[in-house]
Amino acid sequence: MLSYILRRLLLLIPLLLAISIVVFLMIHLIPGDPVQIMLGDKGTAEDAARLRAELGFDEPLYVQYYKFLSNLAQGDLGRSIRNRNPVINEIGSAFPATIELTILSMIFASLIGIAAGIVSAIKQYSLVDNLTMVGALLGISMPVFWVGMMLMLIFGSRLGWLPISGRISRMADLEVITNFYLLDSIVTGNWAAFRSAFSHLILPAITLATIPVAMIARMTRSTTLEVLNQDYIRTARAKGLPEKVVILKHVLKNALIPVVTIIGLQFGSFLGGAVLTETVFARAGVGRLLINGILGRDFPVIQGAVIFIASFFVFINLIVDILYSYLDPRIHYS
Amino acid sequence: MLRRVLLMVLILMFTFISPILADNHEAQYGGTLIYAQGADADALDPHMTTLGNSADVIVNVFDGLVRFKAGTTEIEPALATDWEISDDGLEYVFHLREGVSFHDGSPFNAEAVVFDIERQLDPEHPYYMEGSYPYAGFSLGMIDQVKAVNDYTVSFTLKNPYAPFLKNLAMFATMIVSPEAVKEYGEDIFKNPVGTGAFKFVEWVRDDHITLKANEDYWDGRPYLDELIFTVIPNNQTRLLEMENGNVHVMEGLNPTDIARVRENDELELLEAPGLNIGYIALHNEKKPFDNKKVRKAMNYAVNKEEIVEYLMGGQATVARGPLPPTIWSYDESLEGYPYNPERAKSLLEEAGYGDGFEFTLRTYSAPRSYNPVGARLATAVQQYLSEVGIKANIEQLEWGTYIEEGKAGKHTAAFFGWIADNGDPDNFLNVFFNSDNRGSTNRAFYVNEEVDRLLEEAQQITDEAEREKLYKEVQQIVVDDAPFVFLNHMKMQIPIRKSVKNYVLYPTNNKYFHKVWLEQ
Repeated sequence: MLSYILRRLLLLIPLLLAISIVVFLMIHLIPGDPVQIMLGDKGTAEDAARLRAELGFDEPLYVQYYKFLSNLAQGDLGRSIRNRNPVINEIGSAFPATIELTILSMIFASLIGIAAGIVSAIKQYSLVDNLTMVGALLGISMPVFWVGMMLMLIFGSRLGWLPISGRISRMADLEVITNFYLLDSIVTGNWAAFRSAFSHLILPAITLATIPVAMIARMTRSTTLEVLNQDYIRTARAKGLPEKVVILKHVLKNALIPVVTIIGLQFGSFLGGAVLTETVFARAGVGRLLINGILGRDFPVIQGAVIFIASFFVFINLIVDILYSYLDPRIHYS
Repeated sequence: MLRRVLLMVLILMFTFISPILADNHEAQYGGTLIYAQGADADALDPHMTTLGNSADVIVNVFDGLVRFKAGTTEIEPALATDWEISDDGLEYVFHLREGVSFHDGSPFNAEAVVFDIERQLDPEHPYYMEGSYPYAGFSLGMIDQVKAVNDYTVSFTLKNPYAPFLKNLAMFATMIVSPEAVKEYGEDIFKNPVGTGAFKFVEWVRDDHITLKANEDYWDGRPYLDELIFTVIPNNQTRLLEMENGNVHVMEGLNPTDIARVRENDELELLEAPGLNIGYIALHNEKKPFDNKKVRKAMNYAVNKEEIVEYLMGGQATVARGPLPPTIWSYDESLEGYPYNPERAKSLLEEAGYGDGFEFTLRTYSAPRSYNPVGARLATAVQQYLSEVGIKANIEQLEWGTYIEEGKAGKHTAAFFGWIADNGDPDNFLNVFFNSDNRGSTNRAFYVNEEVDRLLEEAQQITDEAEREKLYKEVQQIVVDDAPFVFLNHMKMQIPIRKSVKNYVLYPTNNKYFHKVWLEQ
C-alpha cells in the first residue's frame, strides 16, 4: 500500500510539469497584455516597454518558462503583478477559505444526497421518490449564483438568520494562525469567532452543494436499486435479518463505492463552483483569486493557483482510491 | 447633608446637560464605519497605484502638501501652510507645517518631501524601484529639481511653467509617505502604509477588508470615527443587501436598476453629484470619412444622447455638450453641443458627399466602465441611431488590454473611450485629448489643430486663473465646432449611504474622505 501511495505521489511530478506547460502556453497565447492592463488608459508606450522589461515579458517564451520552472523548483511562485504580493502568500491566505467551504459543502452534499438517494431507492416510485428526483433535477439545473442570491434574500435579508458576505464578522477579533478560521478559533478557544466563521459558511456551503447533492442523490438511488436486486440481499433477508441491518450493512457499503468516485470527482466541480459562490458571498478564496488573476492577466497568480488546484485535485483522487480498498476488500493495490 | 447637596448638584447638572445630549446635530465621536468596495486595493503606497479602490484608502491615511477643499477642486493648505510661486511660473516654494509626525513617529519635514519625490523620479535614488510608480510621469514629470531650503521649506523648480502643478500636489498620487517606513519595509512598503493622515493603518486581509483606526494626534483634529473598515464585496446585489441589512454604511457601485430601491428605503439616502469624467467616441480624424468635419458633425447630430442617458443609463448620466464636464472650473456655459437632430445629420452628410451614407467599423470594449455603465450595449444603441441616417456601423469588440493598446496606436477608425479626471484641472481634459503631441497616447482622435495647440500650451504657462479660463473657453469653442469626438455623456457620482452616516461629502475626484464623517449612535 505504502509503495503504491509513493508511486502515485511521484507520478505527480510529470503530471504537474504537463499542467504547468499547458497553463503557461494558455495564458501567454490568449489575447490581453498584462502590461497594458496594469498601466491602464494613461500609460505611455515608453512606460509599457519599461514595465515589460522589468517583468521579463520581453524575453522569448521558452526563457520565461525556464525561469518560471526553476523558480518553482525552489518553491518560489513569483510575485503577483496586480498587487506585488508573493503568490505563495496569496494562495496561502485564499486556499484555506476555499477548503473550509468545500469540505463543509461536501459534508452537506454527501449526507443529504446519500440519505435522499437511499430513501428514494427503498420507496421506489413513491411520492417521496418522485419529489426527491424532481428536486435533484432542479438542483442540477439551477444556476449557482441564482441559488446564492435567493438564499441570501430569504435567510439573510428577510429572516435575518445568517450573514451573507465575508468569512467572518468584520468586527471579529480573531488571531489568525493557519488562515483556517474555524481551526484558528478552536485553537485559540475563541468561540464567538468560531460561531461567526461557521455561520458565515452555511449559506455559501449550501449554495455550492446544490449541484453535487443532486448528482449524489441520483447516483446513490441507482446504485442502491442495483444492489437491492442482488442475490446476497435476498439471502440476507431470507436469513431473517432486520431490514435496518440489511440496508445499512449490506446495501449501503456496496452501493457507496461508485458514489465515492462521484464525490471525489465533484471536488473538481466544487472548485469551479467556488468561483461563483465566492464572488456572490464575497469570500476571499481561491476561486476569486483565480478570476481576479484572469481578468487582470496576472500570470504568476494564474499559474500558481492552477498548479495548486491541480495538485489538490490529484491528491483528493488519491485519497478516493485509497478509500476504495477500504470499502471494497476486493480492490487491492500493490 | 453632604449626600443631599450632592444629589442636588447632580440633578442640576442633568437638567443642564440633557438638552445638550438630546441635540442630534452635534457631531458624535466613536463607532466603526464600514465602506464596501467592489474590488480590493492593489497597493496602499500612493506612489505605486492608479487604482481608485486604492486611492480611497490612501486619502485617509496620507496627506499631500495641499488638498482639495471639501467637495470641490479648489486648493487649500494641508501639510504646507502657504506657498509662493515665482513670476515665471517655474519655482514653487512651500512652507511646511511644523510639529507633524508620521504614524511611525518619525518627523515630517522638508527632507521627507525631497525623499518622496526623488524616490519616484531619480533612478539613482537608493529606494527607487524600476517600473513601480505608474503615476509619477504624469503627476511629477514636470519637476526639474526639488530642494530642502531648510527644515520646513521646500522648493520645486519645474522644467517648464505648468499651471496645474498645485492641483497635482493635491492628488492622492503625490501624498507624502514616511521615508523611514520606505527604508524599513523595502519591497513590502506597498502593504505597509505609513503617512500623516487622519487614520492609521491596522491590517489588510486581501480581497476581504482593510482596517484603519483614528489617528489621535492628527494635526487637523482627531477624526470622529474610531475605526474605518474598507470591505470588498464584488457582487453589486450582495453589497446593496448588506447595506440594507445595516452591515455596511457607505458603498460604491450601484446598479442602475437599484436606484429606485435605494430611494424608497427609509434608512438609506442616495448622494448624487456630477462627476469629473466623460464618455466619448473618438473618430479618427486622419482616416476617411472622419477626416471630413461635416461627417464628424453629422455623427454628433445623429446620436440621441438624451435618450441614451435617460433610458439606457437609467438617469445615471448627463448629456455631454463638449469635452469638459459642467462642474469643472472654466466650463463654457454658452456651448450648445449637438442636440439630437437626424435631419441636420442627413443634410450634413449630403453636403459632405455621403448622401448615400457609408460603412465603418465601430470598436468597443465589452464590460462596463466607470464612464459607461452599460459596456458594449452603448455601441449597439449608437449603431441603431446611426443606421437611421444611413450610416452603417459594424461593431467590433476587443479585449480591454488589446483595445487600449491599439487605441493608443490609432488602429481604430472610431472607438469608444472615456476619461476620469486626475487633478480637477481643465488641462487634464483638454490637453490630454487635443494636444497634437499626445497622438499615440491620449489623443485618440488623432486631432491636430495648431491654434488649439498654441492655446493649450499658453494656458499651461500662465498662472493667472482668469486668463487661463479665457483660453480654455476658446479651446472648447473650437473643439466642439471641429467635433473630433462624438461627445456622449458625463456619469454622475452616486453613493448610497445609511442615514446614520453624517457629514459625508462627495468629492469631484470621487475619492472617499472620512476625516469629518461621523456616525449617529
